[in-house]
Amino acid sequence: MTPARWFLLVAALGAAMIAGTMFGTLRLSSIEVLHGMLGTATPMHTAVVRELRLPRVLLAALVGAGLGAAGAALQGATRNVLAEPYLLGVSGGAATGAVVAVALHAPAPLVPLAGFGGALGAVALTLLVARAAGGRGDARVVLMAGVVVGAFANAAIMVALAGADASVVRGALWWMMGSAADASWGAVCGLAVYVAIGIASLLLLARAIDVLALGEDTAAGMGVDVARVALGVYVAGALLAAGTVAAAGLVGFVGLLVPHLVRMAGARTHRSIITAAGVAGAALVVLADLIARTALPPAELPLGAVTAILGVPFFLARLRRLA
Amino acid sequence: MIVFDDVAVRYPRRELAALDGVSLEASRGALTAVVGPNGSGKSTLVRALLGRVALLRGAVLVDGESMSHGSRRALATRVAVVTQREEPAFPLDVRDYVALGRYPHLGLWRGPARADVLAVEEAIALTETEPLRGRAITELSGGEWQRVRLARAIAQGGDAIVLDEPTTFLDVGHEMAVFELLSRLAHDGRAVLLVSHQLNLVARFADRIVLLHHGHVAAAGTPTQVMQGAVLERVYDWPLVVTRDPAVGAPALVPLRSRTRGALP
Repeated sequence: MTPARWFLLVAALGAAMIAGTMFGTLRLSSIEVLHGMLGTATPMHTAVVRELRLPRVLLAALVGAGLGAAGAALQGATRNVLAEPYLLGVSGGAATGAVVAVALHAPAPLVPLAGFGGALGAVALTLLVARAAGGRGDARVVLMAGVVVGAFANAAIMVALAGADASVVRGALWWMMGSAADASWGAVCGLAVYVAIGIASLLLLARAIDVLALGEDTAAGMGVDVARVALGVYVAGALLAAGTVAAAGLVGFVGLLVPHLVRMAGARTHRSIITAAGVAGAALVVLADLIARTALPPAELPLGAVTAILGVPFFLARLRRLA
Repeated sequence: MIVFDDVAVRYPRRELAALDGVSLEASRGALTAVVGPNGSGKSTLVRALLGRVALLRGAVLVDGESMSHGSRRALATRVAVVTQREEPAFPLDVRDYVALGRYPHLGLWRGPARADVLAVEEAIALTETEPLRGRAITELSGGEWQRVRLARAIAQGGDAIVLDEPTTFLDVGHEMAVFELLSRLAHDGRAVLLVSHQLNLVARFADRIVLLHHGHVAAAGTPTQVMQGAVLERVYDWPLVVTRDPAVGAPALVPLRSRTRGALP
């Protein structure tokens, strides 16, 4: 990618984040936002900026960065442009954990933890299934195992929700469509740790992913331990996905869409693809969250629905180019 | 340099072994060619070297060291492999692709050093792929892609190079260029192990030929020793004659039309 494009990408993220702190039910000017950050604005403005908008924008950015980077690495390692962070059963497992917690009327702070646990459990199950099938390093076997585990998880959700009352179903649905509304500084700090560790691990694996993307035989001949690198990418990607899911529910399409965008913008090696996908993912989710809370006030749209609506036209355009 | 010692491989759910007690050696300074009909076990030999199939028995040794010990990365600094099929999933610039050949030499934190850059430039020059440098590997023609893959393997360094059908998709000129280059690499001191269907070219360029048939070594030796009409006719199951090419003096195989043979399969 050219330096100019990198600059544009980072500028887009900056602009989205500034807009995210300015707009909402209460519209603030950039000066008011600045005063709010410094604590020199009115107490209400300061509270809105510091306690509501900033954590929300940062949380959305972290969710997007994690999903974008994880999607880029997974697409490379599996050589599959349809791979995304929610494969390997992550989404199904997270939703199952969260929905079961909601259905059992667990206290609200436990729901994300249950989602996180469900996601990791599903990934472990996927990798075990793939291993039992004898395809430890074979991306196709792992992807198929992920589909199977995901389908099973979805069935489990339907069973759990079958007898639940309307409020539980609504709560579960809201969570399954994603939202950054519950952002807090605690959630931001927790997710920041996950995203930093996850993206750093993927960047360390980036060169190996470049090689792995050439095919498993070729990669083996170039000294890549295929099974180990693939496992590293799966685990780091799943941790990122599970962390974001715990913080904001399921935000679909980002991990699938963003790697395509940055490759179209000219990112070639996985070091730049993963980095750019992190930045672009952050910008996209901040923007989507802004749309989610300002498009139809006072209602708030599900974040995952907005990212999907933003993603569909892009994929239709891609499809036309392919056909 | 590279020694296959009594190697046997059987794929899961297959009755017959793909390789059944194959022994051969590719030594430094020589071009060793492995030939044989489709399904004779040539590619399995390469996969065994790559550690991609489990050995039923026997061992693959590099400089006397068993491949099952030691890391793949250390091995890759000594032996470069060009596999039969490689379909890039994503566009990568040719220069970046060739540079990936240096992967086994780089540490987790260390970027390419001067020696790495030099190796890449030398490989690009040797394979005459300079004009392709800025192109995406997904946009190359079949012949260009083969040359770029060869450049990547040369950039990988080491003193052995293994190639599985490197001249597929190449026209006569580019095919000859590849054989000349491999021959030069061999005579500069590398061990070159070449799997090929091009019997006549192999007969001209190889120092040693190993003929595989149903996972066994059917014949091995110099081109003149291996290029025997009776043996080749049995292995390839087709009527043929071996003559001497009047222009270059090497043994040359001429397959005959089927009607000259009695019963057809």
